[in-house]
Amino acid sequence: MSAVKYTNDHEWIKVEGDTAWIGITTYARHALGDLVYLELPETGRQVKKGDNFAVVESVKAASEIYTPVSGEIVSVNDNLQDNLDDLKEDIDKGWIVKVKMNNPAEAEGLMDQASYAKFTDSLS
Amino acid sequence: MKITPLHDSHIALKAKMAEFAGYDMPIQYENGVMAEHNWTREKCGIFDVSHMGQITVQGADAAALWEKLTPSAISKLGSGVAKYTVLTNAEGGMVDDLIITRLSDDKFFAVINAGCKDKDIGWIQQNLPDGVKFDHLDDRSLLAIQGPLAEQVLRDVLKIDATNLGYMRYMESGEFFISRLGYTGEDGFEISVPNKNAAVVWAQFLAHPDVRPIGLAARDSLRLEMGYPLYGHDINADTSPVEADLVWIMGKDKHRSGYIGEKTVKKHLEDGAPRMRVGVKLTNRGVAREGAEIFLQNGQKIGDLTSGGFSPTLNASIGQGYIDPKLGKVGDEVLVRVRGRDIAAVIASLPFVPPKTKRSSK
Repeated sequence: MSAVKYTNDHEWIKVEGDTAWIGITTYARHALGDLVYLELPETGRQVKKGDNFAVVESVKAASEIYTPVSGEIVSVNDNLQDNLDDLKEDIDKGWIVKVKMNNPAEAEGLMDQASYAKFTDSLS
Repeated sequence: MKITPLHDSHIALKAKMAEFAGYDMPIQYENGVMAEHNWTREKCGIFDVSHMGQITVQGADAAALWEKLTPSAISKLGSGVAKYTVLTNAEGGMVDDLIITRLSDDKFFAVINAGCKDKDIGWIQQNLPDGVKFDHLDDRSLLAIQGPLAEQVLRDVLKIDATNLGYMRYMESGEFFISRLGYTGEDGFEISVPNKNAAVVWAQFLAHPDVRPIGLAARDSLRLEMGYPLYGHDINADTSPVEADLVWIMGKDKHRSGYIGEKTVKKHLEDGAPRMRVGVKLTNRGVAREGAEIFLQNGQKIGDLTSGGFSPTLNASIGQGYIDPKLGKVGDEVLVRVRGRDIAAVIASLPFVPPKTKRSSK
């Protein structure tokens, strides 16, 4: 099991073997404000690194969520639609999809927790 | 980017700021859009709307000017009465929507949209009759207090008793121009105040325990629930007041002649408009915004959303748009396409939420 990594677009990713769990960070959650809807993908969809795979709607606006790794969406967390508060950096409840990766090396260049903390500090 | 005299106050309140109509404006404050929306419905919100334009026209032919520029019979307006109407262009479309208040026989005050200010002022001056004086009151700010507690707040903070001021009525008190109206569907007031005193008055209101600052995002969700059009989105230079479902602004005088663009407006009144502004309420989960297409169950497209978003009061997504009236009507079940997915919806009458504005005094 590897540590959680982060993207510039405020997704978190946790890799277990060849499977990546992907969610959005608590920082993103606060920036989005009041969430009202989460649009989820279908299981089985093939995604490429950088693809938009889900959309989170706040009262204000729609925000796209991107995958940092390529592969097949093997699991979707449907529970989130009724529990939008769980959409944050919570490995057990807050993951949006699990992706079976084609190229696990894609996950290696992402930020670790310390780098991401520095990155978000630079934004405020 | 332009700023209002309250810009420093918004920064001090840690508002999220963004550009709107050329101004750096507060989109939301620290409590978030949902809380601001609900606070306005339950208590009293204060909005900085100083980006909007305040103008006066004065002269013997001032009423005649408005009767040329709008489809409304402004000459019949009583002193101290405000009226919502639109400036029509030569093609029967809209230059802007605005509220005109008659101050006296020959003097009118009007509030115009921020994004239309330069265009409106040029349009009015271009049509200004001899002997009518136009003034842009850019030395004044505009605050709106909105919500069921607004009348009490006005009394507590400015010591102004508006008990007997009806809906769409105007009064002056010292340096304040006070109009009982707004853009939220709540009881409330728009208060014009000299720029030099705006920040002090804003702070006095905020010191009241029932008052919180409200940003433009909640202003938008509040007006969406009321079905009020937003210029540049729901109405524009290509939509006639008939298409926009604003025939009511003409009242009993809808066949009046002598205003710019009347040919198209009358054609739409007589033959029916080719498209009509309607409400759209999603009956399934999702949020539909400006640009979403509206389809019949059989896949035929009947129109597009011109604005939309989430309604905190209804806990559902609502919007407004234009449809072909031959293909759809209020009550029809339709589909709204959002990012390629069709979401079940129903064509709805406006407003979505009943307004709680004070009854007009007789």
